[in-house]
Amino acid sequence: MTSATAAHSVVEPTTATRRFAGSLVVLYAIITMIPLAWIMLTAFKSPDDAISYPPKVMFKPSLEGFCNLFTTRSRQTPEFIRSLGPPQGLCDSIARSRNMVVAGPSNYVPRFINSLIIAFGSTVLAVALGTLSAYGFSRFRVPLKDDLLFFILSTRMMPPIAVAIPIYLMYRTIGLSDTRLGMILLYTSVNVSLAVWLLKGFIDEIPREYEEAAMIDGYTRFQAFVKVVLPQATTGIAATAIFCLIFAWNEYAFAVLLTSGNAQTAPPFIPIIIGEGGQDWPAVAAGTTLFLVPIVVFTVLLRKHLLRGITFGAVRK
Amino acid sequence: MIPVPGSVHAMNELSASSRITYRAVRVRPGVARRIRGLSDKTLAWLFITPTIVLLLAINIFPLLWTIYLSFTNYRANRANVPTIWLGADWYQSILTDPDIWAAMQVTAHFVIWTVVIETVLGFGLAYLIDKKFRGHGLWTTIILLPMMLSPAVVGNFWTFLYQPQIGLFNYVVAFFSGRDASSFQMLGDVTLSPWAIVIVDAWMWTPYVMLICLAGLRSIPDYIFEAAEVDRASKWRQFWSITLPMALPFIMLAVLFRGIENFKMFDMVNLLTGGGPGSTTEVASITLKRAAFESWRTGYSSAFAIILFVTVFGLANIYVKALNKVKSR
Repeated sequence: MTSATAAHSVVEPTTATRRFAGSLVVLYAIITMIPLAWIMLTAFKSPDDAISYPPKVMFKPSLEGFCNLFTTRSRQTPEFIRSLGPPQGLCDSIARSRNMVVAGPSNYVPRFINSLIIAFGSTVLAVALGTLSAYGFSRFRVPLKDDLLFFILSTRMMPPIAVAIPIYLMYRTIGLSDTRLGMILLYTSVNVSLAVWLLKGFIDEIPREYEEAAMIDGYTRFQAFVKVVLPQATTGIAATAIFCLIFAWNEYAFAVLLTSGNAQTAPPFIPIIIGEGGQDWPAVAAGTTLFLVPIVVFTVLLRKHLLRGITFGAVRK
Repeated sequence: MIPVPGSVHAMNELSASSRITYRAVRVRPGVARRIRGLSDKTLAWLFITPTIVLLLAINIFPLLWTIYLSFTNYRANRANVPTIWLGADWYQSILTDPDIWAAMQVTAHFVIWTVVIETVLGFGLAYLIDKKFRGHGLWTTIILLPMMLSPAVVGNFWTFLYQPQIGLFNYVVAFFSGRDASSFQMLGDVTLSPWAIVIVDAWMWTPYVMLICLAGLRSIPDYIFEAAEVDRASKWRQFWSITLPMALPFIMLAVLFRGIENFKMFDMVNLLTGGGPGSTTEVASITLKRAAFESWRTGYSSAFAIILFVTVFGLANIYVKALNKVKSR
């Protein structure tokens, strides 16, 4: 964008200004990254290191947090532990060094799988519905178009707890409480407003002439939509899908109020990982780290479309 | 806003057949020819109806139900007790309840402080990033990370950082201020706990405001500054007369989105303080959750939910009008 000639422009910042601005931004970025880095460090600490004072930056890495995250353990007498055979695997030997034996797997994996199923299920539905509606709103003359679009957006303004009250009663009546299907439908309804608004923006940018040319060549409107518009909108659809996925993945309020077991996702589960005598911070940190890694990857993938996504397509670059 | 009943019926029939036509188009072009007569109007409704139906089922029907419940004494944990129509009693008692007003005040303070801090920091950062120093793309992406994370997981982890004995936050503050790290409790102290939440919210959402402000700054064409340079306007003057007014619609948009979101804030507060100590951080969503899901006063909490919704909706509408005025200037 900045060509060689632009460097001499009067409005270009001087090198000193740039260095100064850069160092301030880098300083902010480093400060803001410390809590995140601390989460990831704590995941690899032993429980003693995690709660030491002053906080330890250098420590002996341990996988105990991850072991505690994935297993439940029970305290046993040393005699009983000695009577057992050799420890099975790393986690068992860590547990035994603390006079405990691994009792079984914890609930983290099922909760993580629930998160995956609900996030992907609702994303697929929301993006499918959103693409169709967005195309409809973008290309056809729909009566009360602006009212409908505003109605779709306004469903986002309800406080989640306010929505959860009737949904709780409704799901209890029709047997959807604490089911994955119920959560998928709920997240779809929240995400579809985002999907419609974002995708309408993306589809508006595809020239109508493409479809018109295809229709002159004998395609029906529907075929033109499938074979011409959809391939053109792939980037937009992918970006929208990632936004929906992130929302459903991160969602907490509905999950904590409407699920308790079967369909519980990871966000309400992670804060209640408790060890002996209070929260087991390395395990919580390990669960958090595993939970955040996909989001970090998605953020990097999405960086060009972030602005659009967070403003419902109101600001486009 | 909602189509007449007759057309809804027709639309349902159409959406039932849409799956068949879809397959037909993909698999057998011969059949597809038969639906070529499908007018654009029909197709438009086919495409839009499923979304509207879903929103009617999961958003509008529950909303209507909430409105109905808000006039009754219904309690979700005592479904067998006969429901009595109370009229607007709940609305009256909520609007005259000092505890509710206290919660609304806490919410307002929280919204104002977070939005002010995030806007100042976010705009400042955007202004610096707009200087396009080397590697600004990479650092921008890094700065954006916190806002993509789950507020619940973030809130939970900050409780660890805020621990008086072992927390990193307390350690750092103690290190720089020379105070004892366990002499103050960010989450347990009446004066500090609201700020504890504001700090986490600002940490998480400043990048959001920054991103929108950055778009605003980049939308200002260079030639305006060039003209100002020719007229020998000082940098200071350029900032106040060009940069700020031209970025204002974007800043206002960011404020709108942050304001609505923070008015609804639940996740982070619930995990950081749960509304405590006492009720110093009890924002409206927490009050609502306690009434609805802890004391199970469903009718009462429905009325409160409607009041909250009307408040957000009304404030947002007034604000959008102001925003449009600024935009059209």
